Amino acid sequence: MEETLLDIELKEKEEYIINMGPQHPSTHGVLRLEVCLEGEKVKYLRPHCGYIHRGIEKMSEKLTYPQLLHLTDRMDYLSAHINNEAVALCVENAMEVEVSDRVKYIRTILAELTRIASHQLWWSAFGMDLGALTTFFYGLRDREKILDIFEETTGSRLIQSYITPGGLMGDIHPNFQKRTKEFVKYFRKKLPEYDQLLTGNVIFHERTQGIGIMSKEDAIDYGVTGPPGRASGFHCDIRKIAPYSAYPLVKFNQILFTEGDTFHRYLVRIKEMWESLSIIEQLIDNIPPGETMLSLKAIKAPKGEYYQRVETARGELGVYIVSDGGPLPARIHYRTPNFSNLFVLNKIAQGHKIADLVAISGSLDLVIPDIDR
Amino acid sequence: MALLTTIKEIRKYFRDIFSGVASLINGMKVTGGYFIRPGEIVTQKYPENRDQLKMMERFKGELVMLHDENNQHGCVACLTCERKCPNGSIELTTERVQGEDGRSKRVLVKYIYHLEMCTFCGLCVQACDEHAIVFSQEFEHAVFDKRGLTKQLNKPGSTARHKPEPEPEAKTA
Amino acid sequence: MYDFSPLVDSFSHFFTETFSPFWAGLFSMLTLGVAILLFYAVIGLYLVYAERKICARMQNRLGPNRVGPLGLFQTIADLIKLLLKELIYIRRADALLFNMAPFIVIVASIMAIGSIPFAKGLQAIDLNIGVLYILAISSMGVIGILIAGWSSNNKYSVIGAMRSGAQVISYELSLGLALLCMITFAGSMQLSEIIKSQQDGWWIFKGHLPALIAFGVYLIAGTAETNRGPFDLAEAESELTAGFHTEYSGIKFAFFFLAEYMNMFIVASIATTVFLGGWLPFHIYHFEFFNKGMDFVPPVFWFFGKTAFVIYVMMWFKWTFPRLRIDQLLALEWKYLLPINIINLLVISFLTLMQWHF
Repeated sequence: MEETLLDIELKEKEEYIINMGPQHPSTHGVLRLEVCLEGEKVKYLRPHCGYIHRGIEKMSEKLTYPQLLHLTDRMDYLSAHINNEAVALCVENAMEVEVSDRVKYIRTILAELTRIASHQLWWSAFGMDLGALTTFFYGLRDREKILDIFEETTGSRLIQSYITPGGLMGDIHPNFQKRTKEFVKYFRKKLPEYDQLLTGNVIFHERTQGIGIMSKEDAIDYGVTGPPGRASGFHCDIRKIAPYSAYPLVKFNQILFTEGDTFHRYLVRIKEMWESLSIIEQLIDNIPPGETMLSLKAIKAPKGEYYQRVETARGELGVYIVSDGGPLPARIHYRTPNFSNLFVLNKIAQGHKIADLVAISGSLDLVIPDIDR
Repeated sequence: MALLTTIKEIRKYFRDIFSGVASLINGMKVTGGYFIRPGEIVTQKYPENRDQLKMMERFKGELVMLHDENNQHGCVACLTCERKCPNGSIELTTERVQGEDGRSKRVLVKYIYHLEMCTFCGLCVQACDEHAIVFSQEFEHAVFDKRGLTKQLNKPGSTARHKPEPEPEAKTA
Repeated sequence: MYDFSPLVDSFSHFFTETFSPFWAGLFSMLTLGVAILLFYAVIGLYLVYAERKICARMQNRLGPNRVGPLGLFQTIADLIKLLLKELIYIRRADALLFNMAPFIVIVASIMAIGSIPFAKGLQAIDLNIGVLYILAISSMGVIGILIAGWSSNNKYSVIGAMRSGAQVISYELSLGLALLCMITFAGSMQLSEIIKSQQDGWWIFKGHLPALIAFGVYLIAGTAETNRGPFDLAEAESELTAGFHTEYSGIKFAFFFLAEYMNMFIVASIATTVFLGGWLPFHIYHFEFFNKGMDFVPPVFWFFGKTAFVIYVMMWFKWTFPRLRIDQLLALEWKYLLPINIINLLVISFLTLMQWHF
């Protein structure tokens, strides 16, 4: 047999190694998984990341703070607004300025819309991995409405570069409120269809209940945040622990379960979509008037170290800036949620079959550029 | 006792079958419903409907420099957009000429825009005080030769509209 | 109803009168073979087109609509593309078995077409063990799948072939037992006799509840037999292995692909013949005016209409449900379908003895 890259010995005779290589329809990006199988059961699994490393943190050392935007929203491109918001909040806290209420409301509404869009894409891809190919089209069809809202206000659909330190890059379009309200009404009718198609299905239950159980201790040990952590009982929603922007003003529930299997990771996201709809409804009619950009002489952080956490659609994103007082940051580091979520895959997939591996990695919802930055 | 558990098992067996089949039929209703409603088709026949396609007004397509009917543009060669661009997609070539009041001023010679490197972040448009450059709504950028992606934005023979500033101020980064 | 037997007999008379017995036999077999192959190819191509259009409608999109009016020539364009592809020869694969596998699969399904009654008398061969013959022939297809997986010299193909082999062999039991239930009602295995026994009503109505259960079981087992729908893990694209036909390219892959769609057609036409009355129109007992109206539509259209309905249901299954895992699939067969089938067979035998059906 060809040389293996795992440096464990194959103990049993029936073990063999399969590569779910960087090009694979269901790893959602360029991720290489080396899986050691015995028959159909997974014994050991080693992920190799780094295929899409672009050096974002190093490149950021040559860019000013407003110029950082165009790199941060390419990290986890499905929650682009929230990534931008993280850097903006960190710099604003460092400079000790506060943005107007209007900006806070708009940032929160955009963040929740991004969360819904990200979960819609996740739902589409998850259904497709399990074999229900129609879910792909239904999820994307509904996501188009959110992308229309984004395009009207910011000009781009996926990578917006709209939330910037000091406020927003421009005011919202006059149609923003009307379109968002229409979308909320439309989506409240469509979300029960998602449940009819996938959540209540007996085949889906058989494929996902009891698969890939992650205990609360494992979640805390590996640092798994976001929906996978909350499905195991880890109370990790930054919107509740350390609220920012307009989150102190809205009422919403944190979705927690204790079972920690694939089905509950799925349920957390579906329920989060309902919660996001209610947050948007609470905020959309009450956007206060105000200015959308602070007039600052220079956007630079004073000397020191600053950290800010936000809740993206996948977990906790942390931005750590070390500044020496100049216009450029000395060092930026991002604590990305997908990096921690990836490495728990080895622990929870052991003993399951290959088909379950696809379901588990789909339920962890990994976006690979976020792992490699 | 064993009889009771057997009866419970048998009842569970049939209940599983019925609830399973019911959930499957529930799912089939969704797809069947969409089958009989072709009015909800969302795809469009793209190249044939180019005339009816309208982008949103703020759509970030491609950077263009606005020229009016006298072939004049608004760029005063202050070099702010080149400084703000994060990855060097804008390159200006300028020269100093003698103005009417004897002071030397900077005018624009060539405004090179690298479409292949632009990330459409919008910092250049936001920075320009004269509103000389905007994003157009052109979205079909594909070319066969990569040199077609390096564009010169000021049209040949165009002149600046305003009198340029004598010295650009050192704008903050 | 129009009887095709004189037409078919006149053809064979033409051959026997003009040529000696040997050549007559040869030419009539050749004509029949060409006719069946043409039928097979055309139906196969348009089944693929129908699937793409149906799944597109269910997914809120248009489907093929560029090549030809309404996209009707799309599959022909795909076929030309497949024919022009390079046939990759694997150096360490078993060449004889590798090349033989697609032929086994396709010959098995062509042979089964020959015994399906399309209209009264329009049947290639009317064996008195009709149903048994079809079951036996479709079992031959499994050999093709296993050989394809083994001879590719690829561990992914072997995994896919083993799964598929286990699946097909298990579900043949349920298929056979469900058909056996209806044979008990009809009293004969000959397909034309089964149709004759449904002249006063289709078996799915005459046999009330047990026939409905048998129909449900037959539909599930039929979908699993052809590796379709929620049971298609043997060729699941989004999982690790691309199945037993990973290493095949060009026309050989086209054979596997075509054989899958034609197997679906065969399963549907057997369902039509045995449960839904074959080419018989829809008659309501004693409603003479209505029956006369129904008789206007030729029987061939009735047959193809009913088959199209069953095929539509099978496609509906595929595009709605997620996939089952291999152990869940086998559990479904051995723990649920088989006991239900056996009990159903007992009940139906009792009903037939007591003449308690319509």
